[in-house]
Amino acid sequence: MPGAESFLRLEGIRKDFGAFTALRDIRLEVAQGEFVCFLGPSGCGKTTLLRIIAGLEAQSAGSIWQGGRDISSLPPAQRDYGIVFQSYALFPNLSVFDNVSYGLVNRRTDRAAIRSRVAELLRLVGLPDSGAKYPAQLSGGQQQRIALARALATSPGLLLLDEPLSALDAIVRVHLRQEIRSLQQRLGVTTIMVTHDQEEALSMADRIVVMNQGVIDQVGTPLEVYREPATPFVADFVGKVNLLEGRVEGPGRVRVGSHSFAGASCNGSIGRAVKAYLRPEDIVARPIAEGDPNVIDSRIDKIEFLGSYCLVRVAAEGLERLPLTVYLSLNFLAEQNLKPGSPLRLRILAERMRVFDA
Amino acid sequence: MSAVLAADRVRLRVHWTDRTAHLLLAGIAILLVAFLAGPLASVLAQSVEDSGGRFLGLDNFFAYFETPALAESLWNSVWVSLLVTAVVVPAAFVFAYAIARSCMPMKSAFRTIALTPLLAPSLLAAISFIYWFGNQGVLKDWMSALGIASIYGAPGIVLAEIFAVFPHALMILVTALSLADARLYEAADALGTSRLRKFFTITLPGAKYGIASAAMVSFTLVITDFGIPKVIGGNFNVLATDVFKLVIGQQDFQKGAVVAIFLLAPALLTFVVDRFVQTKQTSMLTARAVPYAPKPSAGFDAAMTGYCVLVTLFVFAVFGMALFASFVKFWPYDLSFSARHYVLGLVDNEVGSAFVNSLTLAFFTSLVGTAIVFAGAYLVEKTRGADWLRPVVQLLALIPMAVPGLVLGLGYIFFFNSPQNPLNFLYATMTLLVLCTIVHFYTTGHLTAVTALKALDAEFESVSASLKVPFWKTFWRVTLPICTPALVDISRYFFINAMTTISAVVFLYSPDTKVASIAILNLDEAGEPGAAAAMAILIAAASLVACIVYLGVGWLVERNTQAWRNTK
Repeated sequence: MPGAESFLRLEGIRKDFGAFTALRDIRLEVAQGEFVCFLGPSGCGKTTLLRIIAGLEAQSAGSIWQGGRDISSLPPAQRDYGIVFQSYALFPNLSVFDNVSYGLVNRRTDRAAIRSRVAELLRLVGLPDSGAKYPAQLSGGQQQRIALARALATSPGLLLLDEPLSALDAIVRVHLRQEIRSLQQRLGVTTIMVTHDQEEALSMADRIVVMNQGVIDQVGTPLEVYREPATPFVADFVGKVNLLEGRVEGPGRVRVGSHSFAGASCNGSIGRAVKAYLRPEDIVARPIAEGDPNVIDSRIDKIEFLGSYCLVRVAAEGLERLPLTVYLSLNFLAEQNLKPGSPLRLRILAERMRVFDA
Repeated sequence: MSAVLAADRVRLRVHWTDRTAHLLLAGIAILLVAFLAGPLASVLAQSVEDSGGRFLGLDNFFAYFETPALAESLWNSVWVSLLVTAVVVPAAFVFAYAIARSCMPMKSAFRTIALTPLLAPSLLAAISFIYWFGNQGVLKDWMSALGIASIYGAPGIVLAEIFAVFPHALMILVTALSLADARLYEAADALGTSRLRKFFTITLPGAKYGIASAAMVSFTLVITDFGIPKVIGGNFNVLATDVFKLVIGQQDFQKGAVVAIFLLAPALLTFVVDRFVQTKQTSMLTARAVPYAPKPSAGFDAAMTGYCVLVTLFVFAVFGMALFASFVKFWPYDLSFSARHYVLGLVDNEVGSAFVNSLTLAFFTSLVGTAIVFAGAYLVEKTRGADWLRPVVQLLALIPMAVPGLVLGLGYIFFFNSPQNPLNFLYATMTLLVLCTIVHFYTTGHLTAVTALKALDAEFESVSASLKVPFWKTFWRVTLPICTPALVDISRYFFINAMTTISAVVFLYSPDTKVASIAILNLDEAGEPGAAAAMAILIAAASLVACIVYLGVGWLVERNTQAWRNTK
């Protein structure tokens, strides 16, 4: 957690829509220059939280501090941010130049200064010659870059991105997310992005705020969120995961079906029912040596081809009711001549298991 | 921090630009309360009071039913309206089907001709039918052959109303039939479905809401229409003429108010059904639907063309007769050409000044009405805050559609003629006529504006706020230019309706502010049907010219503000 120097601080934010509580007790600090993603399924309150930070919605309770200033009750026009929406919200009847300069015209009188600033911004987003065009003449990805330039034009202290990539094609999306990230790092502007796409959040953010049903489940770096999910929801929502239901058998021992896995990080009373979450890559097919712990025998059920690697579903002995999913490389499958029905020996990396109370 | 501990809900400080928007919205609300809610409330109040203002409960209603002549009018109104509806809806359906679902040639010409009755006051049809079938009519014998004693009365009303209501039903049904998903028909073809079965299993169910809506609208238009029964009704009394007689003739405001309430009921019902239909119809066609494109089919297309030719001939016959009669020297004895009816009307009977009044009314209604309606719709749809006021304005904006002009006009008398009303000075002025006409036709304009505004990205205002640009700047630079085609539509709608309306203004004019449509009634009453026909033709001509001007304006607007739309 960033300490005293935090740029944006949310304290006890709550939002009610009638009897429905959309957000409860949101606390968060964002450091200067940080890129934070709000990640969660639709309806988790992430967009509402962004709109509250922007002043487009009023929180029911709680306060917001930005740059040492209490902005809790300020209308949007008195806050300091630029915003980009999923729909781009470019003014369709204005040229790209007029769109980007829209906020500049209001505060600077010097036309030459405006012109050079717009030119600089258009260069920044990689569309230097598009000033005279109308938005409809640009592709979706280009329009979103213009929206970004417009939001950055007034050099705001905070950049808010509301699902900026969701309306774009898959290829453009992957390309643009790297560009936004590098632009953000170059400018050092504190940025909050809302997304429901976990891959997007993992690849772009300094820290991810995982939200579920109006509360923050976990705040952490992408690696933390992926490797050490704080709740079953986070484990399930971010990345693929195998769910094993079992009982605590002793210190570090979890019994699932007829297997007992050693080395898991769990303690507590013996016999307690638990759910253990395990990533597909934490079940390995090699190397396995004689005498290794946590080895299980299984039979391949289904192979889903995904390119260089495959998602393989196996039915493990002693875990009949729990199909497991593992990643195996295409080369490995070919070398071993594995097909549906082939036997397969697997080792469970039990120390990677995340164990929660059932 | 104290803010965290505070139990109060957090309220955003209201920026002064938002405060300005709230004030403007409140202004619209006050306008609608003063010129819509107030008059309507006085109609309701009058219906349950005696002439001294004492509360009577429903006594006026009981008294109404005990007056045999009045109760008979209720029945007359109902059966005539039902009959017209029963004829118009199928007739308009076939026409709409020809336009939307056949490969008939010259579709837009047929459609335009079928819609022309909208340009004239409804009583033009009544006058024309008198020339066709009246006592000295060309085809008087046809009437007796059919066993109809006289065109004056129910037969004339039904015929003229069919003509006047047809285009309204047609517009609704064309829309309903255009909303077809081609994939349904392709699926039916793949299953080898017959044409007839497709019609009954896909087309008719798909259009059922449109048909219901067209039927309700037709019924309401007929039962609330005043001009046609006044001109061709003879001794056949209906509710609309009763209101006029009771209020203007007998000064019995209470009974007049009771009849007005009867007129309000079907209109209100139509409104509710129509709103329901709107939501159903839009949800029927999803974003993925493929628009239906009719395929040529020689026999079917020929039959459709034949039918549309018949309908257009009917339209031509009505307009043509009015036009012909207006230029005839002395019907039916001397059929030589003469402009004397125009001279008589315009000069001798001072319809000239009434015509100028009509143009003034139409001009200011279209100008001020468009500004008010669009401002109201914009403030409701696109500004922030004042959340309690928004639904109030939204509701008030929808009510006029459910209020027949006669009822509104009656409300204006009750409300503005009252000496206690500080706005009393407006009574019988052109200003009040303009405001009344704006309110009368408010809803359609409002809905057009709302549709145009809803098509704009909802986040324009958020983006502007984040860039610290006040809302009116975005309104001026973005919202208004994008919406100008809708503004032109709204303005034209106001203009045409202000030119042709009778029902509301019939209660409100003074000798100085008499409008042309009222002058036609007076000429007809004075036994000058030729001059009446001439004036009706003049109104239709003025509306036509206005339409052409609007077409030109629309084209210019399109070229100057919509260039960004076609820049691929």
